[in-house]
Amino acid sequence: MRINFDDLINPDLHPEYEPERIFSDDTSFIDVVTQDEGANSNLYIDSTRQPVVMVDNLHVKYQVYSSGKAVGASGARRLLQSNMRGVRTVHALKGISFVAYENESIGVIGSNGSGKSTLLKAITGLTPPASGSVYARSRPSLLGVGAALIPGLSGDKNITLGGLALGYSRQEVEKMREEIIKFAELEEFIDLPMRTYSSGMSARLKFAIAASKQHDILIIDEALAVGDAKFKKRSEAKIREIQENAGTIFNVSHSMNSIKETCNRCIWIEKGVQKMDGDPDTVIKAYQAHLKKK
Amino acid sequence: MTVAEEAEKYGLHRVGARPSLVDYLKQTWSRREFIYELAKARVQSQNDRNRLGMIWVVLKPTFNALMYGMIFGVLQGANKPPEFPVFVVIGVFLFEFFTTSMNGGAKSITGNTALVQSLAFPRLSLPVAQVTQNLLTLVPMLGVMFLYALILGTTPKWSWFMIIPLVLLFSVFNMGVALICARITVHIRDFTNILPLIGRVLFYTSGVLFSVDRILNQWPWMIAVFDFHPLYQTLSIARAMIMNDSPYDPMAWLIVGAWAIATLAFGLIYFWKAEERYGRAD
Repeated sequence: MRINFDDLINPDLHPEYEPERIFSDDTSFIDVVTQDEGANSNLYIDSTRQPVVMVDNLHVKYQVYSSGKAVGASGARRLLQSNMRGVRTVHALKGISFVAYENESIGVIGSNGSGKSTLLKAITGLTPPASGSVYARSRPSLLGVGAALIPGLSGDKNITLGGLALGYSRQEVEKMREEIIKFAELEEFIDLPMRTYSSGMSARLKFAIAASKQHDILIIDEALAVGDAKFKKRSEAKIREIQENAGTIFNVSHSMNSIKETCNRCIWIEKGVQKMDGDPDTVIKAYQAHLKKK
Repeated sequence: MTVAEEAEKYGLHRVGARPSLVDYLKQTWSRREFIYELAKARVQSQNDRNRLGMIWVVLKPTFNALMYGMIFGVLQGANKPPEFPVFVVIGVFLFEFFTTSMNGGAKSITGNTALVQSLAFPRLSLPVAQVTQNLLTLVPMLGVMFLYALILGTTPKWSWFMIIPLVLLFSVFNMGVALICARITVHIRDFTNILPLIGRVLFYTSGVLFSVDRILNQWPWMIAVFDFHPLYQTLSIARAMIMNDSPYDPMAWLIVGAWAIATLAFGLIYFWKAEERYGRAD
């Protein structure tokens, strides 16, 4: 664990102490893993298989005001140092380690607030680790493109925009356009602005665009259920197809059936601690036994 | 063997690590189609629910110029620069490009958190798209600006075309400003609250509405400061190129160019240094 020197100083007792400058270019708060910390970990790598993601002794902490407001990472915290008494540190992940290999489909389970989403965010690089680190062959991506789309534009233009946002070239988008429209079942409405779509229609369009991409490392966060029963079936089939083509998949879900059906490995996290890692049937059985006990 | 070396052996990299500046610029360049499409889409959707639609792009600065022209025309009395209406139109129209880039740039990361958190692309694309969007709206504004100049009695001349290199230099400068503001806002959200004030102060201190030589002739040292003012010099060049009789010092090109390159270089490095920081939940 890394303790920030500035945080140990009580400004009331040391009024002459000057904290680091606010506009410093120091980004060392991001690279908090040190060489010897890494050396101590006991990560076992099966050298007969190709590792795709390595998560090494990962700790994630959030600092939250007791009032619930998040604390700014660098500058704002020091500005507000005198009001720091209400700050609580939430230790969301406590030393997660595993190696994911090619063609593995890993389900992540655990009760609410156990740190599943935090783990996935840390894998995509969106949440900084307090210590430990994540290595990956390519940047893991979330199955989602909704944020890149603009409601005021027609579905057709949004396909172009979403495709380019996913990293396709303009020609590739043109090639996929028909297929996306057909999959989303929006042939008649594709020229209308997206804000006029029903929620089901725009969910279908977003899914169809996102699902057109080939992913090396894919993260699915309970995205399986979109649209009506008919589209849900087709989207599940599409996800299975993506899974077959993708290198490695992480799947967070509360539906044990969907984990059993789609995953060949399962990791159970409870209160930030890695409880179990192994065959889905065994892990799910243990998890359900744990739930009953509570 | 440490885990880092082990990872290296299998060709794995630390997730979210910041690339070198050259790679970073290359990655951004490969996203140019996305940047352009995003900018274009935003221009199209920005006014799509207004009845007058895109006409607002030129209507808004026209009203601004009318209002400022009337108020400051009366206030300045005899100190008004010659050809005052054209003077104000050029000032207000070009300054609009600067303020929208600065304000939009400041919000380009914090206002797109969902996008930054769901897709991996060089974050530089977002402020660049913002300035591109503002440049795209500037084009019809420039057309209308020349139209007003004609109506207000300016004789067309070849030097009108010099507005093209000037706008390019101005875009480079604005890009630098947008990048700096984008990163500051990520660290200190409160910055967006002061930004309108900064914009206002700059508006009244960049000679948008007055001629420095006439207003400040009692304080020669202040006029000397304005000789190196990037915004004032940009407006001076534009006025000299468009208006019938507006003197300027050709050195202004050098000053504007130097400001543009220095601001962009600083902005790029400053923005790139915090690449890993953008989009993080804090």
